[in-house]
Amino acid sequence: MSAYFSEIFRGLQSLAIGMGITFKEFFKPVVTVSYPMETIKMSARYRGHIELIENEEGEPKCVACGMCQRGCPSGCITLESTSVEYQVEEKGETKTKKKKVLSKYDLDFTTCSLCGQCVESCNFGAIDFSKEYNLASSRKEDFHFDLLKRLKERNS
Amino acid sequence: MSAPIHIQPGETFTLNVGPQHPATHGVLRVKLEMDGEYIVHSETVLGYIHRMHELMGENRTYPQVLPNLSRMDYLGALGYTHGHVLAIERAAGIEVPERAEYIRAITVELNRIASHLFWFGAFVMDLGGFTPLMYAIEDREYILDILERVTGSRLTYCYYRFGGLYNDIDDEFVPATKALIPRMRESLKKYDALVTGNIILQKRLKDIGPLSKELCRKYGATGPVARGSGIDFDVRKNEPYSVYPEFDFDVPVYHECDSFARYKVRMDEMEQSLRIIEQGLEKLPDGPIMPEKKPKLIKPPAGDYYQAVETARGSFGIRIVSDGGKNAYRFKLRSPTYSNMHLFDEACEGMLIMDALALMGSLDLVIPEIDR
Amino acid sequence: MSLTLLNAIIAVVIAIGFAALNAAYLVWAERRGAGRIQRRPGPNVNGPLGLLQPLADGAKLMTKQLIIPGGADKALFMVAPVLAMAPAIMSFVTIPFSDVIVARSMDLGVLMIFAFASLGSMSILFAGWGSRNKYGVMASVRAVSQAISYEVPMLITVITIVMMTGSMNLHDLATSQAGGFWHWNIIPSLTSPLMPVSFLIFFICSLAETNRAPFDLGEAESELVAGFHTEYGSMGFGLFFMGEYANIVIGASLITILFLGGWGCPFGLFPSVFWFLLKIYLLIATFIWIRWTFPRTTIYGLLNLSWKILIPISLFNLLLTAGLLKVF
Repeated sequence: MSAYFSEIFRGLQSLAIGMGITFKEFFKPVVTVSYPMETIKMSARYRGHIELIENEEGEPKCVACGMCQRGCPSGCITLESTSVEYQVEEKGETKTKKKKVLSKYDLDFTTCSLCGQCVESCNFGAIDFSKEYNLASSRKEDFHFDLLKRLKERNS
Repeated sequence: MSAPIHIQPGETFTLNVGPQHPATHGVLRVKLEMDGEYIVHSETVLGYIHRMHELMGENRTYPQVLPNLSRMDYLGALGYTHGHVLAIERAAGIEVPERAEYIRAITVELNRIASHLFWFGAFVMDLGGFTPLMYAIEDREYILDILERVTGSRLTYCYYRFGGLYNDIDDEFVPATKALIPRMRESLKKYDALVTGNIILQKRLKDIGPLSKELCRKYGATGPVARGSGIDFDVRKNEPYSVYPEFDFDVPVYHECDSFARYKVRMDEMEQSLRIIEQGLEKLPDGPIMPEKKPKLIKPPAGDYYQAVETARGSFGIRIVSDGGKNAYRFKLRSPTYSNMHLFDEACEGMLIMDALALMGSLDLVIPEIDR
Repeated sequence: MSLTLLNAIIAVVIAIGFAALNAAYLVWAERRGAGRIQRRPGPNVNGPLGLLQPLADGAKLMTKQLIIPGGADKALFMVAPVLAMAPAIMSFVTIPFSDVIVARSMDLGVLMIFAFASLGSMSILFAGWGSRNKYGVMASVRAVSQAISYEVPMLITVITIVMMTGSMNLHDLATSQAGGFWHWNIIPSLTSPLMPVSFLIFFICSLAETNRAPFDLGEAESELVAGFHTEYGSMGFGLFFMGEYANIVIGASLITILFLGGWGCPFGLFPSVFWFLLKIYLLIATFIWIRWTFPRTTIYGLLNLSWKILIPISLFNLLLTAGLLKVF
């Protein structure tokens, strides 16, 4: 009999403790961020989609070696290069040399898994993660980034 | 309360729980043969989110598989990637600097707490209480913030590399983690008062959903499920790997075999993980995070390699058969939830559906990890 | 004759308006309250403090297509939501909000409210059975067994109070507690020493009668998806929703009248409708607070609570009060 009443009493007590906790929480400030109205600054190492890095002249640092393309697990990087002839003065005479110049750098962000293999494999520091996270669309094409174009838009 | 009952033939109906059902937390389908509220027979149907991670592991070069492992268990991803890198390091004979191993252990334990917190919230939500989920998520956010500052992502990390880490920890990591420990201890006390002590929850979990030791052995259950049934097995203690022998921690084991025992195991494990993090931060050595000489191309010598780690859900094993090439010849993943889930069919027979779903919640199922 | 008819129509219109307004804004209050408890703001976009949210929700529910699942029992399926809302509105007719504000003062007011409350479980049974859904059937069976087992202790408690007052008229029940809070039924007196316990029993039973958490087994979303209203969309669902909140208001009003002195001020000054509304909204706030704190009980836990704890204690209280009334 006493066990019967003590169980009821303990039960009611545990319920009261629980209600006390939610009562206290009621008066604490909210912890959420009203997302579209407020945003949080991304941390320095946040991994967004990749972005090309420019050198001092505003040209991409990329030398189109293709290491990132080969290292990518999901094959979401497509890059093309053209050879450009240019003249250098060497020992007094003008020589014509060929060099690879990046002509296209496409990122298919729909299949990217943000593993960082491309950034890691790049020996020239030519790509890095962006801090872009406001990416939402109902169309697949919006996630096919032309990184070369984005770089030019950033510069202009 | 939910003792097995005798069913007359021809009085049952089939209830299709899932693949889209709030209780299964993913795309698991359970075909239940019911007699009123009692379950007569249960059959779990898998494969709704199968993505062939094992085959991908055989078709891609070793570093290219790195991101796949974190897609298996999205709640405790670091534990799985840890197992993967350890297996390849063992196979290819790569030495890992001590600092990297310590950082790995700390981040894995942080991730384990985050995973258990989410399980705690989701489990109480299965039982009908919504508010603890919000409190748990709030605490989990702090952990994810710490991990995001270091790893760059919040859920599907790809942080560990063969031989070390992607990058070193930043200046804020150590103070932020140190501040987290007392905060988490405070929260655990709050959860104890709000949820563990609650009479309604205790009535729902105590002596409900018994999983005997034999049943756990039969199906190969590991992790908190086995430890709640009195099996004292933790890979971190029984087959120590990484720097875990350096840490002083206990393995919580309960012998009650009911849902409440599994609940208590996970709640106690969070405290133990905090202890490991505390010691890890104290002992954290200086030094490089990548070995000085590391093979440019990972080509393990031909052979058969296996590595088990203790993840938030149990013992995760990874077997790699190498023929000396750039790809693995066989890439086999032994996921803990796959074994833990198959208990359910046998254990839930004769139970009420409410209790059976509470039992399912206590198994801590993550469906992408079962199907992989 | 025509005047009484007009009176009745006006009363019903006011009752419907009050019920609908309450249902709409209690949803808002519940969502805001739950938000604060969980440390988030809750609906705050539509209008100041999100006050226009119920209107937006209502517009959405009303404009959606009414879908009747194939193979459903059409008549039962259609009648169930109406049956959820109508008895709740009918009960408002006899509830006295103050000394003068009452649509129809009835001598058997208490009985009438309980009779209509029982109809509420009929609507759940119809909804579950009529929608041809296994989850719905299971939920409605649960809800009915719950309603049956909780009406017993509730009525025993009411009998205790009726015995003390000697009337079943809600107006008389309230006026018998006029004066300060020491006259209220919740305060133990010489003839009824266990009244706080009775209050607790009645409170728990009202939670169970209105299918509120932690007794919301009829819509246990982790097992039965949405329970008896799984197949309902648009305004069918809206009526269930409004019916639930209207029932909560009635439950709170009953508790106020039976235990908390109706429209009386706690200090015996200026009894008015203000005190009545204050009391019922405080009670509803407690309902909301409880819902967002506890997990759900099981069906057997619920029946055990009723048959092993609530009914014996309320019966004991009834006998004790009867004996003491005879002695003093």
